[in-house]
Amino acid sequence: MKRYSAFAIAREAMRQHTGWDRAWAKPEPKKKYDVIIVGAGGHGLATAYFLGKNFGITNVAILEKGWLGGGNTGRNTTIIRSNYLQDPSAAIYEKSRSLYETMSQDLNYNVMFSPRGVIMLAQTQHEVRGYKRTAHANALQGVQTEWIDPARVKELCPIMNIDGPRYPVLGGLWQARGGTARHDAVAWGYARACSDMGMDVIQQCEVQGVRQKDGKVVGVDTTKGPIDCDKLGMVTAGHSGVMAQMAGFRLPIESVALQALVSEPIKPAMDIVVMANTVHGYLSQSDKGEMVIGGGTDGYNNYTQRGSFHHIEETVRALVETFPMLARLKMLRQWGGIVDVTGDRSPILSKTPVEGVFVNCGWGTGGFKAIPGSGWAMAELMAKGQSPLTDEFSMFRFREGKFIDESVAAGVAH
Amino acid sequence: MLILHCPCCGVDADETDLHAGGQAHLKREGPGSTDDDFEDYLFMRENPKGVHFERWRHAYGCGKWFLAARCTNTLEVFGTYPAQTLEPPQDIKDKITAKRPGWSWGNVQ
Repeated sequence: MKRYSAFAIAREAMRQHTGWDRAWAKPEPKKKYDVIIVGAGGHGLATAYFLGKNFGITNVAILEKGWLGGGNTGRNTTIIRSNYLQDPSAAIYEKSRSLYETMSQDLNYNVMFSPRGVIMLAQTQHEVRGYKRTAHANALQGVQTEWIDPARVKELCPIMNIDGPRYPVLGGLWQARGGTARHDAVAWGYARACSDMGMDVIQQCEVQGVRQKDGKVVGVDTTKGPIDCDKLGMVTAGHSGVMAQMAGFRLPIESVALQALVSEPIKPAMDIVVMANTVHGYLSQSDKGEMVIGGGTDGYNNYTQRGSFHHIEETVRALVETFPMLARLKMLRQWGGIVDVTGDRSPILSKTPVEGVFVNCGWGTGGFKAIPGSGWAMAELMAKGQSPLTDEFSMFRFREGKFIDESVAAGVAH
Repeated sequence: MLILHCPCCGVDADETDLHAGGQAHLKREGPGSTDDDFEDYLFMRENPKGVHFERWRHAYGCGKWFLAARCTNTLEVFGTYPAQTLEPPQDIKDKITAKRPGWSWGNVQ
């Protein structure tokens, strides 16, 4: 792999850019791999990357039914934060956020991590109490967040109307090292690094069955023929239920559509990320100048990657009250992703009833921020059979009543 | 927009008039149930890519609950029926079979 650098750009500028290689190879599947990862989104690619980097396992295939990063990795609002209430969540999300800090250098691929700061707005007394509690919990967990008053909120985000009338801003939970990153670049950077380690990233290869022998996985059937493996990692977000059904077990998740939209591009108006959970909307400005707006989920199961229009209307109607200038903007594009939601709004990184099959799902409406941490933890789980970061996130925690309850703490904008 | 026919009041209701109530035909477990049954009842929801049965409430209409058979992959509605049933009525199942031969949903076929 040729390294990307300022020098490489200068060199290529001298020869009409004829020297750039493909960023990743386009191989046909081999007969057998040590590990197969299903799903070449951020989480799947990160899992493969850390299997190679931390554990030296490089005989790995990453199978993708569509195209690389074309699922939820390409459909989110790119927000990165780690201000969670519960200890296990804070551990894995903070691990993830810290890995984002050096990801561009580690991958030699600019993922445009921008730690511009994230505010979670408190617009009801309930939220004030909730976020103060989170700030205290974060202090104990070593996650840097602070409670800030309305004047500071206004200073950080001048376009905000903090006076209400319906939902006045009462303060906020501020994480200065939260922010955004370029979502496609995260998938592309990991794919390039995986390919460089000799792993096969195989696109347009849909898994259609999981072959087992004596309760242990031996391979998968795909649209490109059968492929054998010793271990199988299912990292398919909204389609995890479908994958689990192929392997013969059930997961405590439901798949629903989550929508987002962007406005026409405007000059810089807002240099932080704002999450307003009471009014079900979150907002940031992309480098292109578009206001990126995330909305809520539909209330019913859906696999269509598009949501209901009235949810968009609700989100925008509510946000306009807190951000009056949005009323003058035209909205350009809207899209939806299929998110896998668990009962306690926390993910599942777990062994399964089938030996050799591991599952990484349930990130629900907030998976992008977790990509590197999730990959780190999942790789450890698959390589060693156990990881301190995943111990609490077993799929069997529900029957034992050991929830990691973030649904109250994070609400809809998660 | 999703439009469901309310079998209680006969109105074709828009999605904005309706409230989604999750999976239909749940068997409610109580004291004396096994751990497996209780886990299934509380957490393990059917999550099919295809035929699905759901509870809906005509929230901004007659206010009553009813059940709907729907495809989660195409958003096609196969039919709606009253909530006072333990499993989908035969005419709904026949309609689904005509369009999705070989379908199944949990223990329902």
